[in-house]
Amino acid sequence: MTEKLVIIGNGMAPGRMLEHLFETAANRYEITIFNAEPRVNYDRIMLSPVLSGEKSYEQIIIHGDGWYIKNGITLYKGHKIVAIDRDAKTVASDHGVVAPYDKLIIATGSVPFILPVPGNNLAGVLSYRDLDDVNAMLLAAQSRAKAVVIGGGLLGLEAAAGLEARGMDVTVLHLMPTLMERQLDPAAGHLLQRAIEDRGIKVITKANTKAILGDKRVEGIELADGRVIPATLVVMAAGIKPNAWLAKDAGLTTNRGIVVDADMRTSDPDIFALGECAEVDGQVYGLVAPLYEMARVAAAHLSGADTSAAFVHNDTPTKLKVTGIDLFSLGDFADGDDRQEIVLRDAAAGIYKRVVLKDNRIIGTVLYGETGDGGWFNDLKKKQVNITEMRDTLIFGQAYQGGTPLDPTAAVAALPDDAEICGCNGICKGAIVNAIKQKGLTSLEEVRAHTKASASCGSCTGLVEQVLSLTLGGSYAPAAVQPMCGCTALGHDDVRRLIKAKELKSIYAVMQELEWKTSCGCSKCRPALNYYLVCDWPGEYADDYQSRFINERVHANIQKDGTYSVVPRMWGGMTSANELRAIADVVDKFNIPAVKVTGGQRIDMLGIKKDDLPAVWADLGKAGFVSGHAYAKGLRTVKTCVGSDWCRFGTQDSTGFGVRIEKFMWGSWTPAKVKMAVSGCPRNCAEATCKDVGVICVDSGYEIHFAGAAGLDIKGTEVLGLVKTEDEALEVIVALVQMYREQARYLERIYKWAKRITFDEVRRQVLNDAEKRKGYFDRFVYSQKFAQVDPWSERVSGLHKHEFKPMATVGMAEAAE
Amino acid sequence: MTWAFIGSINDIPQRGARCVETPIGKIAVFRTAEDRVFAIEDHCPHKGGPLSQGIVHGAAVTCPLHNWVISLETGKALGADEGAVRTIPIRVDGDKLFIALVTEADRAA
Repeated sequence: MTEKLVIIGNGMAPGRMLEHLFETAANRYEITIFNAEPRVNYDRIMLSPVLSGEKSYEQIIIHGDGWYIKNGITLYKGHKIVAIDRDAKTVASDHGVVAPYDKLIIATGSVPFILPVPGNNLAGVLSYRDLDDVNAMLLAAQSRAKAVVIGGGLLGLEAAAGLEARGMDVTVLHLMPTLMERQLDPAAGHLLQRAIEDRGIKVITKANTKAILGDKRVEGIELADGRVIPATLVVMAAGIKPNAWLAKDAGLTTNRGIVVDADMRTSDPDIFALGECAEVDGQVYGLVAPLYEMARVAAAHLSGADTSAAFVHNDTPTKLKVTGIDLFSLGDFADGDDRQEIVLRDAAAGIYKRVVLKDNRIIGTVLYGETGDGGWFNDLKKKQVNITEMRDTLIFGQAYQGGTPLDPTAAVAALPDDAEICGCNGICKGAIVNAIKQKGLTSLEEVRAHTKASASCGSCTGLVEQVLSLTLGGSYAPAAVQPMCGCTALGHDDVRRLIKAKELKSIYAVMQELEWKTSCGCSKCRPALNYYLVCDWPGEYADDYQSRFINERVHANIQKDGTYSVVPRMWGGMTSANELRAIADVVDKFNIPAVKVTGGQRIDMLGIKKDDLPAVWADLGKAGFVSGHAYAKGLRTVKTCVGSDWCRFGTQDSTGFGVRIEKFMWGSWTPAKVKMAVSGCPRNCAEATCKDVGVICVDSGYEIHFAGAAGLDIKGTEVLGLVKTEDEALEVIVALVQMYREQARYLERIYKWAKRITFDEVRRQVLNDAEKRKGYFDRFVYSQKFAQVDPWSERVSGLHKHEFKPMATVGMAEAAE
Repeated sequence: MTWAFIGSINDIPQRGARCVETPIGKIAVFRTAEDRVFAIEDHCPHKGGPLSQGIVHGAAVTCPLHNWVISLETGKALGADEGAVRTIPIRVDGDKLFIALVTEADRAA
């Protein structure tokens, strides 16, 4: 007598299992399937193309009705199993059908994770699991209104792309800082975000959904930071949970999913589980390859064809099914000491490839833009091939293996004369070679001047240099540019130029487009890049605090013992009884061990515990103090003398002008610290002639000085020029600082920068050229709109709380015993 | 040895660190850009700088006092500098973090 096999669920895993079963034991079982969905088996992976309109439902059916008839399967469509009676060996459906079984397969799949926020049950809130969801989305898309997709993982992005293709205005909300963070490293995540945004889909990362708004229907989403995004459709794609409730009710062992052994049997030997609902060796799966492997194993045991078949975990590559976006991710791609990485970035082509090696074997791979070699890398990883021999060319892919190692110059030498070198200006190799020969060019600058090759975006600079050295042979000596750090061959000036030219607006964008050699940068380049971006894109760039030195992250100065010092601003060095009293009270209240008058005419409180900083600032804030930025690469102090207010020699109101400059310019970030001073007469009591910018007041007006130093180097200032009024003096000083902000290299003080570009050039631009001066001034004023926020009061109100509290205190009770 | 619960991985910013107070002193718990976590003594082998306050890059941290670069995996100084800090075993369970504490009983045994 044939045995009865009952299957709960009609997804891809049981479908594949049946195919295997029919190959080896076609007539052994009488098969009954209960499908909660009123459908046959279709390819769920292809739901995204159905959503986007690239495919129809009919095209993604795996097993049509005829297949079930041909194989003698009884398929109950739209029947949900509500109970399993293991003693009687029967299952019961919600329509009252009771079916006996000898062997039972549970393949109930998974359910979407619904965010536990208010409004999650409003009409218009959908998940993305089956064809019903897709049909509901297609209906909603007819309105061409606004949609929000919660979740920037594989499923969420596919849903977003599909809805966008159907004409909706789509915003993706993602809790983490980068998209698909479980499959992609941040660099590839950034590229993906750009590609998604290029399609017109808005992406908000670090978006914490607080509530779904609306009365009966969805009207919008509120984020934890208070932003409200209007939407008439909300798709939850924030993850899935194995659907194990039925098994649990039946008393089977469950954990995250239904626990099965490597043979796919549950704790009841007559009941198997497979697919997304099954948990093998502590793992649950959502990608199709391991689910098909489960199907193969289960079929082998059910047919008796191979009773030793066992499920083995394998890393499965991930791919995104959005037309025009190629990405591939496999294995473990975190970096570490015992691992090496090989990174290839081709900015022009939008390609990022990263292979992570351990003991000369591949353990992980991320490919973006060009994924053709994914299968090859996967194969090398699976077989644990030692790649030492091909290490130099590994990243280029399979096509480059086997021959002699590639010399980059040889590759350029092999290019035909009509091969394009500079894409921006359409210059081919032959044109460059001819120019070099005919005009006797010997340097990169000359080639740029004569041919325009590499004169625009500059990303072909390396190629042009190779053409130069090929044409000139040994006589070509490329100009030595000091690279920013070990992560790049580019110098600071090139990086700054390219950030503007290519409109790079995030650290990851810079690293990708400028072909950084590391995935995450280092402590030298990250603060520099953060400054360049803060300076160049005010209001657009989101300051990356994790790329700032600790002092600028917590707005205080770290001391040798790990405590901090705090210096409040005293405008122009002026203070009052109330301010001094407030400082005295803070010193008492927090037992601050040292108080010192600084060289910049203010008061430093030293030895403050980090945990106390917000409370110290709260008290100082109540007395009207703001941060003195004594820790910042930014405007520090404006020192003054008492000027015409009190001094019998004073010619102008030097105190008032100093206060005015400080109030105008505080909060601005600069390449290195900026210290200023205003003296009321040439006796120069404020010591203005050794400052970055100084003013000497005279009867006829204001003599502006710059480029002084009194630290590692001692240097008197240069005179910039004399202006008649305070307003003019302010405009010149602001323009000078803005020019410095835009042009200097990170950590380069004004005196070094000005000497490098020549003092006359500074004079020409900020003193003699009124239009340039006005431009600098206006850009400074604009950037101050975003910079003049007191960092202390922000932190008193709770910003970056995590910085000031220990994460936990553990084990102290035991220690006390 | 006991595993002590210290909080969620989400309590630590990516490319950042937090401190945990323990009987053996401050422990710095790091989270990399790729969500790997590490725990090491919060005490640079050079001059005792608080490593938890440094810039995190790759699986390394740069000490805020004198720019020594310490490997989060081995606790050893990288580059030309020589020295090491203790690494503390850390376990991730879902998003929960646990560090290994050596108790008096372990020490006696």
